[in-house]
Amino acid sequence: MKCFIGIDLGSTTTKAVMMDTSGAVLGRGITNSRSNYDTASQVSKLEAVVSARLELCHRALSDLPELKQRVDELLAALERNFRLELFLNMLEDLKQTCLENAANERHEKIGQELVTALHTTFDRMQTQLSKLFAPGVERKSDFFRDLAGSVYMNQSEKVADEAGLPFDVLINIYDKSIIETENRPPAEDLVTTFLRALDRVLDEVGDLPVEQQTIRDMVAKALDIELEETYVVGTGYGRVRLPFPKEHIRSEILCHGLGAHLMYPKTRTVLDIGGQDTKGIQVDEKGIVVNFQMNDRCAAGCGRYLGYIADEMNIGLHELGPIAMKATKTIRINSTCTVFAGAELRDRLAMGESRADILAGLHRAIVLRAISIISRSGGVTSEFTFTGGVAKNEAAVRELKKLVKENYGDVTINIDPESIYTGALGAAEFARRAAEV
Amino acid sequence: MNTNSQTEVIKDSSMLLQKTMIAENYDELTNTEETGKKISATFVPGNLNELVMCFDMLNNLPEINAINNGMRKKSGAMVMQAEKQGHSEDVCTYVKADIGSMSRGNLAPNGKPMPSPDLLLLSYTGCFTFMKWFELLRHEYGCETAMLHVPYEGDGVVTQNMRDYVVKQLKEVVIPALEKVSGVKFDIDRLRENLRNSARAEDDFVWVLESAKNKPSPIDAYFGGVYYIGPIFTAFRGTDKAVEYYQLLRKEIEQRITEGKGPITPEGDMQDERYRLVVEGPPNWTNFREFWKMFYEDGAVVVASTYTKVGGVYDLGFRHDPDNPIETLADYCLGCYTNRNLSQRVDMLENYVNDYQADGLLINSIKSCNSFSAGQLLMMQEVEKRTGKPGAFIETDLVDPRYFSAANVKNRLESYFQMIEQKRQGIRSAA
Repeated sequence: MKCFIGIDLGSTTTKAVMMDTSGAVLGRGITNSRSNYDTASQVSKLEAVVSARLELCHRALSDLPELKQRVDELLAALERNFRLELFLNMLEDLKQTCLENAANERHEKIGQELVTALHTTFDRMQTQLSKLFAPGVERKSDFFRDLAGSVYMNQSEKVADEAGLPFDVLINIYDKSIIETENRPPAEDLVTTFLRALDRVLDEVGDLPVEQQTIRDMVAKALDIELEETYVVGTGYGRVRLPFPKEHIRSEILCHGLGAHLMYPKTRTVLDIGGQDTKGIQVDEKGIVVNFQMNDRCAAGCGRYLGYIADEMNIGLHELGPIAMKATKTIRINSTCTVFAGAELRDRLAMGESRADILAGLHRAIVLRAISIISRSGGVTSEFTFTGGVAKNEAAVRELKKLVKENYGDVTINIDPESIYTGALGAAEFARRAAEV
Repeated sequence: MNTNSQTEVIKDSSMLLQKTMIAENYDELTNTEETGKKISATFVPGNLNELVMCFDMLNNLPEINAINNGMRKKSGAMVMQAEKQGHSEDVCTYVKADIGSMSRGNLAPNGKPMPSPDLLLLSYTGCFTFMKWFELLRHEYGCETAMLHVPYEGDGVVTQNMRDYVVKQLKEVVIPALEKVSGVKFDIDRLRENLRNSARAEDDFVWVLESAKNKPSPIDAYFGGVYYIGPIFTAFRGTDKAVEYYQLLRKEIEQRITEGKGPITPEGDMQDERYRLVVEGPPNWTNFREFWKMFYEDGAVVVASTYTKVGGVYDLGFRHDPDNPIETLADYCLGCYTNRNLSQRVDMLENYVNDYQADGLLINSIKSCNSFSAGQLLMMQEVEKRTGKPGAFIETDLVDPRYFSAANVKNRLESYFQMIEQKRQGIRSAA
């Protein structure tokens, strides 16, 4: 079948959206940009293909009336086990890479001990990490690096301690190896991985109202559908690095405008807060951009500002919003410089202000900056859509709603749960339209 | 078009002539110890070159020196030198490049030291910084200073009163100062002769600017435009050489129109004119070629710009008038773009968008230039409203390389070009 793909290469994450001829979304994929846009775009595309395959499997299995009640459960299990299989493949790849890097002559004297230590570490990692893919378990991140990294640090430290090996050698081996592994596409083809995952599912779910072989056949058929990459459009900061001809590249302003329009056709103003950009975009009734403003020279007030603050406070990025929601008051923090805001934050903490109140102030600071960009682009006159990674942060959303109301009165504010894919969605639609012409 | 940036820059013969003129001028400036000629330092807007020449004096323009140093990638170190001396990060970077250059030997592009000026001729035309700049220079050089205070066109008109005020100062302050420093008696006929030359060059210059009304435009009126304004804005207005330069330039452009050619770029003729833009604000000088390339490689040509009017708004009809030699100098100073108020600037931009059939207005806002930048966003919104054409806003700096962020500028420009394209397609599909 014909497929249209949009890839949004952001400073933090790379997103891909796959669309069919009718404009329906088949799949979405996301990965960390890892300073290597070629790989990031490949991986995100692969992720989108995986999610498209799952969608096609869903469509196929939904055709079996007997299965109707259990399709969602089966698909969830299939995805989980597929992720597990993919994860185990990568973990094996990482292990082999670590072993190769350990064989470097620099480590000659402790070579054998290192090999043993790595084997032990990886055995423990596999046991521990496999549990993350059990039913009902929530993973903090879906990125291999995040999951494998923390457990490796933890286990290898213990193993090094037990074996009397220098821990930093194990760290160095890991640092070198993770980059190599991360930048390598999976060696195994997806269909094989899917089918192995399906076997796990069928073992796991027990009795089903249809023959296992029927399900296998249906899934195999869905996996057999050729996903033809008819047209790919790239957008985002890394777009010029893509091996695309120029006509396959669109500015992310246009993509975000069109993506927001597809999600909410009545949108007239779009605010996107990404890793290093805040964009205020005005669109017309067709999703065509009529005006835009962006932050200039400095990315204070963007997603990275929150990332920096999270690091300064030694908490996870995703914890910032929930903590700020507990605030009882809002402390005033500047938003013109990230580093100064960090200093202000330490100063406030030292003065005894609560973390929650300070974080509420930080969220207000970034939204204030965004409001200024919106007003420069022409303000909010009608329906308003908030997109980008920061739209997932509840404290930022709360402040935004407050400030939009204060400045522009009651307007509809849209936030799509998949808003991080807005740019990629717009790009996919551009791809679909380009192929139509 | 050749995309290899390492290849030699392609230049028209007018550009080569200008290069020779500039080189000769710097040779003259750095050779005053032998020739005994006196130097007057002054600014581009309100530059009284015809008058200065009446006293056998040379005209040295510190802004132009800063631009030269910016284009030769030397300004960054000069700006930092000035900051070391205590000048804030927010100060105009032309000023800092100039001050920094002094501390670094004040070398002209020919490698010879630039002699100290004998007179600081401060024609104050709308830029407050000019006054502070020469205050610093006076402190440095301790030389004679003459200030010509040109009233700002706050109400958008030049009254007789304003004109009389400038004329009076020219007669009572400026001319006596020039006579005193040079030891040459003022000869009004000599001034008339120079003004006659100016007007001749100005006619051809305006013809060149207006050639951009053609489709495709044979010139780029911003990036190419800064070369075209070179002689008329600097030490050559009123000279035979400038007349010759503009005749040559005009012939070149006539030829381009006949051949249906687009503008010349450093990589040869621009092939496909896809976007026609009006630009407000000075260019960035430290990354001039890189900046220009972002336009021509996407087929964007600037058909009119306000920066090319800072040294005189000739396309609105002003000509130096040999029959009223002092009054015409007053009118010239009063009418410079920098001395015009916001609503006059908006009117000009609106007319440019319409008269030159442009796709929209782009503003290059200069970080360290409050004089130009204040109110620019409002101007853009007003022009958008009046013309119905989309505007865009980018920010760079004059000669401080730290404020040119290529990735950001390119990102905004590409978005703008694509936005224009998308709008066109929207209009086409709606039709």
